[in-house]
Amino acid sequence: MNKIVVETRDLVKQFGHFTAVDRVSLQIWQGEIFGFLGANGAGKTTFIRMLCGILQPTSGEAHVLGYDVGQESEQIKRHIGYVSQRFSLYPDLTVAENFDFFGGVYRMPRPLLEERKEMLLERFGLRPFAGMLTGKLPLGFKQRAALACALLHDPPLLFLDEPTSGVDPKARRHFWEEINRLAAEGKTLFVTTHYLEEAEYCNRIAIIDRGRIVAEGPPGALKQEFGSPTIQDVFVSIVSGGEEP
Amino acid sequence: MRFVRTKIQQMKGAVNPGRIRALAKKEFFHIIYDPRTLVVLFLLPLVQLIMLGYAMNLEIQHVDLAVVDYSNSRLSRKLTRAFAASPFFRPFVFEGGPEEIEDLFLRRKAQAALIIPHDFDRQMLRNPFGKVQIIVDAADPNAAGIIRSYCQRVIASFQPEAGAKRPWLVDLAGSIYFNPDLKSSYFFVPGIMALILMMISSLLTSVAIAREKEMGTMEQLLVSPVRAPEIIIGKVLPYIGFGLMDAGIILLVGMVLFGVPFQGSFLLLVLLTLLYVLVGLSLGIFISTLARTQQVAMMMANVATVLPVILLSGLIFPIASMPQLLQYLTYLIPAKYYLLIVRGILLKGSGLMHLWVPALFLGILALWFMGNAIRRFKMTVED
Repeated sequence: MNKIVVETRDLVKQFGHFTAVDRVSLQIWQGEIFGFLGANGAGKTTFIRMLCGILQPTSGEAHVLGYDVGQESEQIKRHIGYVSQRFSLYPDLTVAENFDFFGGVYRMPRPLLEERKEMLLERFGLRPFAGMLTGKLPLGFKQRAALACALLHDPPLLFLDEPTSGVDPKARRHFWEEINRLAAEGKTLFVTTHYLEEAEYCNRIAIIDRGRIVAEGPPGALKQEFGSPTIQDVFVSIVSGGEEP
Repeated sequence: MRFVRTKIQQMKGAVNPGRIRALAKKEFFHIIYDPRTLVVLFLLPLVQLIMLGYAMNLEIQHVDLAVVDYSNSRLSRKLTRAFAASPFFRPFVFEGGPEEIEDLFLRRKAQAALIIPHDFDRQMLRNPFGKVQIIVDAADPNAAGIIRSYCQRVIASFQPEAGAKRPWLVDLAGSIYFNPDLKSSYFFVPGIMALILMMISSLLTSVAIAREKEMGTMEQLLVSPVRAPEIIIGKVLPYIGFGLMDAGIILLVGMVLFGVPFQGSFLLLVLLTLLYVLVGLSLGIFISTLARTQQVAMMMANVATVLPVILLSGLIFPIASMPQLLQYLTYLIPAKYYLLIVRGILLKGSGLMHLWVPALFLGILALWFMGNAIRRFKMTVED
């Protein structure tokens, strides 16, 4: 039915003797919300960085939107959106100035940029903050602004690296509603999180532990398979040592 | 031919003016929104110029001059008064003999002595050649040289009879060109300009990339389709204008406060200063690619500019008197070329035909630093 947007085969990333990502093979289809679950340091961010083309894999293959991550990172960068776990808009610029800057970086024609900017400010309830310094926004709004900014050039694929960390539950809920809406519009979302309850919002999840994928499938199927009432329980029963994130 | 064309196409593909404009504009906002950057840009250079301008002053005033007057005549007193009238000397009559002068020097009661022979009057009246002796304390040879030439100037302009057309013939060892007042500020203010411009411009850009790394915004830039040369050029561009404004301020203050003359072409000075600022900015951005944090970047920029400029540029120590090995090293110091340029234009009125060689070297250094910055700049995150 849907086409494959991300495909990795035996992807490995080593830093010296430390293997951060260990032979990960994955497929993600268009329109999916794919959750990548793991403790801090499990290799989530490393994996995402390789898919974004800003970190060279040690071995293995990865294609994003049909482009090879090693050779064609430029084409990938043009067509993805990225929200990192660290808040990454410029805090000393206003929200609108951040939008203008990234619009310029993606070489968006002025009228199109204005149109997208207005639409996204409206959609994310950011209009009252457009002229405010981004660093002065409450954290929830900062994250919303970062997401809106990542959507500026209308990418078909979004990488969200722990987008909700540190955000209060209400704002998190709002954030996930937005993510659902984006998926319904046909965008593919790759979301990492260590909030296990957020897994329930995903179409499909993979649990990563010490660089390796230890379970993968729709949340419902995984719960059934492990006979656990929540993903939290699934996680605890799989992840070695039983340590919770 | 086809190779050249594809090469050009590749280069066109390498930088996109629109993206550079977006980056430069963003950087411009960073500058004008950040009070610290503005302080570094406009206040720091002024403070430095004023402090260094007054501190680095080799001028000697109020030299205590012991006058041993054996003649004690009208003319000898007139000569003493001529010394007193000059701002450089504070003559006092010394009753002891010449053999006690050494003791005077040792006790730092005087730095120079004037000995007028007993037949001074007679000599002067008989023929216009009078002999006086000058003894200078050369513990500080630089100062001694200056004191000696001051003495010569006072004696040279001494006229035994007011209104007399008869010139006092003194055999001057040499004349002093370009800076007849021997004003050290004329010599130093251009040098301080070179020092401050290099310090500030490299400091400004040195934090530019490290700051993005620290803030975490670098990652966002890297996942966007910008390329290394675009980031480097976009970051340097807005600072060029600010750097030039700095140069203007320093020059203006130098002229107003320290009376530095301006002999040459203003336009030429502006153009070559622009080139020099570009070298500093390129050096800074190169440092920026090496440093992980802003702190380290600032330290590196300081070390890479202040000491080399002070020690190796010819600002204080003449390059010709350095060991051969250090002399070769000075070719890498941008301030060396800028000193030639700025002293040339301000003090001598040199034109481009005199200055194209240092200008060329500055251009090469700018390209070299810039090229290295682009080459060093990694489009990947390193953990």
